[in-house]
Amino acid sequence: MSTQIYPTEPLQLWGKAKELREKYYLNYRDAHKNGGLRWAGGAWSFDAVPAGLGRDVYSLTSEPYGATLAHNKELSLECLEASENAGYARDLCSYMRLYWGSILIDKYPYGGGYPKPDFIWQDHICCSHAKWYQVVSDLEGGIPMWDVDVAAGPYKDVTPAKVKYIVDQLQDGVEWLEKTTGRKFDDELFIEAVKNEMRSTSLWAAVCAENKAVPAPLEEKTMYSLYVLATLSKASREVADFYAELLAEVKDRVARGIAAVGNEQVRLMSDTQPPWAFLKIFRYLERYGAVSVGSLYTFGLEGIWEVKEDGSWGPRTTPMEKGLEIKTRQQALELMVDWNLSKPEWQHFYHPQLKTDMMLRIAKEWKLNGIMLHYNRGCEGLSLGIAENRLGLLKAGFPVMTFEGNMGDEREFDENMTMARVDAFMESLGVKKIR
Amino acid sequence: MFTQFEQWYAKRHDYARDWKERSGGKVIGYFCTYVPEEILYAANVLPVRILGGHEPQDVTEPHIFGMYCPFSRDVLAQGLKDRFSYLDGITIAQSCLHIRQAYTSWDLHRPTEFSYYLPMPHNVQSDHSRTFLRAELEQFKGAVEEWTGQAITDADLDRGIDIVNTNRRLLKQIFELRRQENPPLTGQEAMYLVLSSQMTDKREHNQALRELLEQLPQRELKRSTGERLMILGSENDDIPFTEMVEQVCGATFVIDDHCTGTRYFWNESVPNEDRLLEIANRYVDRVPCPTKDWPQRKRLEHIEQLIEDYGVQGVIVIQQKFCDPHELDIPAIQKVLKGKGIPTLFLEFDVTAPLGPFRIRVEAFLEMMRQEDLF
Ligand code: SF4
Ligand code: SF4
Repeated sequence: MSTQIYPTEPLQLWGKAKELREKYYLNYRDAHKNGGLRWAGGAWSFDAVPAGLGRDVYSLTSEPYGATLAHNKELSLECLEASENAGYARDLCSYMRLYWGSILIDKYPYGGGYPKPDFIWQDHICCSHAKWYQVVSDLEGGIPMWDVDVAAGPYKDVTPAKVKYIVDQLQDGVEWLEKTTGRKFDDELFIEAVKNEMRSTSLWAAVCAENKAVPAPLEEKTMYSLYVLATLSKASREVADFYAELLAEVKDRVARGIAAVGNEQVRLMSDTQPPWAFLKIFRYLERYGAVSVGSLYTFGLEGIWEVKEDGSWGPRTTPMEKGLEIKTRQQALELMVDWNLSKPEWQHFYHPQLKTDMMLRIAKEWKLNGIMLHYNRGCEGLSLGIAENRLGLLKAGFPVMTFEGNMGDEREFDENMTMARVDAFMESLGVKKIR
Repeated sequence: MFTQFEQWYAKRHDYARDWKERSGGKVIGYFCTYVPEEILYAANVLPVRILGGHEPQDVTEPHIFGMYCPFSRDVLAQGLKDRFSYLDGITIAQSCLHIRQAYTSWDLHRPTEFSYYLPMPHNVQSDHSRTFLRAELEQFKGAVEEWTGQAITDADLDRGIDIVNTNRRLLKQIFELRRQENPPLTGQEAMYLVLSSQMTDKREHNQALRELLEQLPQRELKRSTGERLMILGSENDDIPFTEMVEQVCGATFVIDDHCTGTRYFWNESVPNEDRLLEIANRYVDRVPCPTKDWPQRKRLEHIEQLIEDYGVQGVIVIQQKFCDPHELDIPAIQKVLKGKGIPTLFLEFDVTAPLGPFRIRVEAFLEMMRQEDLF
């Protein structure tokens, strides 16, 4: 019996995504060779701001760097052990421990030692964010650091005073950047970067929205290689342009009925970062014709969304699409802050119900049969409230499976047990292995 | 002399129920010491801190994933077990992620007529946090007014500020006595003072503190002070541990840095025409919790100062299991203490402290300190 129900094709742009990612890490490492600047900060940092310092300013974002280290079995263990030996607790954020480890053993996965940043430009919503870089600075004997608190409350309660708090910190930050780097801040470059960021994050949401189609044109394992670009450099033109190209390709797949998984019969979503060393769970799901079409994590870590007129979720309309001209630094900052405050993955920091509601929306609009929650010991920020999400989803009648693990510390993942849970979950959904 | 404080702490629920009955007022449970109690006192609402019960429990597992600190789970258990069924409201000021979950799960499963999440800023080293917090306090005040049906005037705020500041001042005056060569109170007694102040009407508490302050200077403890210790780290209301260190091992805690200790009351507010700004400034300027201590590590200087002022000879650094905020500070603190030649002992606390093994470790620690004294 053939198990192929839908036609499949490899994603044309997959190779390009890989190239862009590699170029990003090399550009950062080699920035000094051409007189450029290097900065470090989180995937949620307002990267459009340092872009105002020039076109030769490169970043190393913390979480994807941690995930890159996690991918590499030997190196990750070396990093984790180095952090533990230096006295840092084993239950802290595993990306953070991997990151510190790479400084301690002085190894960069793209060759050479850890490339010390010229300055730190970080944001703070998870308790570990600013503290992460306090330790980086401690370990490197002091690095100038600027942190911006973005924990001003959920977007549904946004007020001008909340936006102002963040904008004011960023205005001071611009002055600090000028003082720290000795460079003049260029508002035009900054405004251009803000527009890029808005395009990237809105286009990425548009790509994810295409996955409402049956069969899904993308599956989550592939999406990880794509969304990552926004975590690296959302404010760059290259990334925004890449997502525009990607959207065209994905729309074309939908139009032609091209599936990511040819035997799609069960649609799932996951939650939080996956255990990076065990992405084979997603391949295992395919044996059941089960496809993870995404998650609040892949959709909303960087993607910016809004409720459309028909009540469904879609990409947030950018100010440019609304015909608004961005003229000044202040205006750009205000728009950028408001934009970021609506980030789906910032909402659950205040209440799990906000996340449950978004997950239920995804479950309905993306036509899901079940939900797999990764109780991720590696991330206190995204596992926050996850047990309440489970209860809320169950209450609404969605089948939920949970598994424990750690995105960056494979010592905390039990592969056999997880696969056995998947088997039991599939059985409860009434699905049989088809290959 | 301390019986009243001990009773207040031990019988917190009886106290709150009784207070409601006699005053006819509302009681609000709070989860973090960044909650501006001034505004609640101004509204004639009694704020009581929700602490754990220190008993093993099995009710929070479906609500908080096991990677979060046992204190936050113990706190939630108190709600789920209906120990605080008399509360009219609950509130939290934004601090660490862990305790936030005790609040949100409580909000979901034990709803009260008033529930408020106050986005206390984290970047307290930026002056912008003052204006931001002021605006948030304005909103909070409005919500409380709506809840109680009564406007809060400047005179009310002055009264609220005075009640809370007086409590801080009196507690600090008593704590200063612990600088003496032979402190007239033990660490355990000091703990009862602060903990009880978090769960009683501060007007009554202030009265009791004033009376205590009259008697304390003449008090002589019939015990030798032994090693002068500081205790610092995560939330700590573990009385049995303190009792063991002082009564069994013979040392004395002379100072602490805990949110259940000095961090709670160390700073008073500085008068300002704009009352809400006065309150905002106080919470921005207070001794920070580790979640708010960045980019500079200001806690380090403060801890060093306390060590000097209180003649501390050794430090016990405690941490609730899985407490990320303190785990992020402890290596830096230990480095500073090591640099100053201050012996430290690190212990990890859970809902109940394993007194047997801890006793062995504390005794070994004190033994080491004594040997260092000899040579
Ligand atoms: S715990 Fe999670 S949210 Fe927090 S810094 Fe680490 S990866 Fe980010
Ligand atoms: S600071 Fe530590 S002990 Fe206190 S609630 Fe947070 S994690 Fe728990």
